[in-house]
Amino acid sequence: MARSRASGRFAADVSLLLLAVAFALPLAWVVLSSVDPHAGLRVRVPDGLTLDNFDAILTPDITYTPLLNSLILCGGATALTVVCAALAAYPLSRFRSRLNRPFLLTILFATSLPITAIMVPVYALFVRVNLIDALQGTILFFAASQLPFAIWLMKNFMDGVPKELEEAAWTDGASSLQSLVRIVLPLMGPGLAVVTVFSFVMMWGNFFVPFMLLLTPDQMPASVSINDFFGNRGTVAYGQLAAFSVIYSTPVILLYVLVARRLGGGFALGGAVKG
Amino acid sequence: MNLRRRFTRTLPLAPAVVLILLFLAGPIAYCVYIAFTDLQLTGQAHASFVGFANFRHAFEDDAFLNAVWLTLVFTVLSSLVGQNTLGLALAALMKRASKPVRTLTGGIVVTAWVLPEVVAGFLLYAFFRREGTLNAILGLLHLPRENWLFTLPVLAVSFANVWRGTAFSMLVYSAALDEIPSEISEAAEVDGAGGWRRMWHITLPMIRRSIGTNLMLNTLQTLSVFGLIWVMTRGGPGNKSQTLPLFMYEQAFQNSMIGYGTAVALLLLLVGSLFSVVYLRLLRTEV
Repeated sequence: MARSRASGRFAADVSLLLLAVAFALPLAWVVLSSVDPHAGLRVRVPDGLTLDNFDAILTPDITYTPLLNSLILCGGATALTVVCAALAAYPLSRFRSRLNRPFLLTILFATSLPITAIMVPVYALFVRVNLIDALQGTILFFAASQLPFAIWLMKNFMDGVPKELEEAAWTDGASSLQSLVRIVLPLMGPGLAVVTVFSFVMMWGNFFVPFMLLLTPDQMPASVSINDFFGNRGTVAYGQLAAFSVIYSTPVILLYVLVARRLGGGFALGGAVKG
Repeated sequence: MNLRRRFTRTLPLAPAVVLILLFLAGPIAYCVYIAFTDLQLTGQAHASFVGFANFRHAFEDDAFLNAVWLTLVFTVLSSLVGQNTLGLALAALMKRASKPVRTLTGGIVVTAWVLPEVVAGFLLYAFFRREGTLNAILGLLHLPRENWLFTLPVLAVSFANVWRGTAFSMLVYSAALDEIPSEISEAAEVDGAGGWRRMWHITLPMIRRSIGTNLMLNTLQTLSVFGLIWVMTRGGPGNKSQTLPLFMYEQAFQNSMIGYGTAVALLLLLVGSLFSVVYLRLLRTEV
């Protein structure tokens, strides 16, 4: 049996490596092209290494402004999401109420709705209330769309903090808000990090929402401005497109690695799938 | 419990509830309303109520039926078949593979998932273009090359969605497989059941709840894919890869028929809600 297990492992290793290569090909293209002086559409080993592609795009116009916009948009919306979700999760996790279950079910239901579908009415609504092309409008919508899942995750993490620790503080006269900020949130640090990073990563990569709600080019986040590499610049400089993609993707990959390490890979899935 | 105490305890919910009501429930309610009007993008002072005209129009519109069909193909190919099966295969292989291979493969697959949607779109666009990587490989193998984005755009965007979305299924199934007690499959192995039989008779029945929830979430995710297809094909050529979200966008903005576009959005939302309800029922015992 030991021998069949060893050959089973070998077969599994080979199949996995083949799949890994298939998945890696498009990723290899972006990494190699970004340093290739003559980048095309095909994966190939560059005939010389260059940083010209990065040099060409590291200008306020192409890179810094869109990334800063992304940061303002996603940072603002993430902060709003995390604060609102932490506040909302507290009573849901700590106090019994007949409303908890229906509320949580509604939240879970909203979590899985296709948000893409409501972008047209959101656009029509935003035109009416004059929020089109306003960063704060986009931030508010981003936060609202992320909130159901954030509340759900936050509540599950908060349930893991034992209530006894707070009871001492309550007898000493602390208010709920004080015990939330001083005791519960510090104790659920990793959970808080997961909610924050997850919200941020989701919005950083989101294309459709800012594409619909923002119009002015110098307000566009990187997810939309990346389209400029096509369109009016004539021929596409693939090397520059690849270099931009690398810069734009790196923060979310780093954030993911940071959180995934700490939580052993499963990331936010525990909350989503296990219920 | 007195009223005042109940009030102070519920108060922290207020900011979240207000945001959700204003920016999520509000648009959905507005969606229901304008789907029954002839609202247009420009010119009109106010829209008038047209009843079910938008929906009747949709079901007589070949372009709409085409979008429904393509959405179905896209969802079945990429989510039900692709992401789900490949995710399970990856998870099952990982249980048997050596640690470095497992880490490497997992890292690559997850990177594809974490990448921003538009970047993923560009990578796969480059991969499938006539002068792209796929054709280069086919050429090396002396296989016929194809202008994939032109002749088989649905297939190309479905593959793109598999590439991007499989990590989710892989993580779900890895977690599910880890929860199966090893004694059970070892006992079956001693009794002489081969790999496939163990998979079919033991593993699959034991993880059926995870399969259910994973299928639901994959489908919902796939129903709302916009950026990936937009970047790769813009729904074209013609409307050969125009799924419902892209059709909705085109009607509302290129043809400036917001009412009609919203009716399509409402249908999409209804299908999504249906899946969402099924998902809730699958989780029912655990909430």
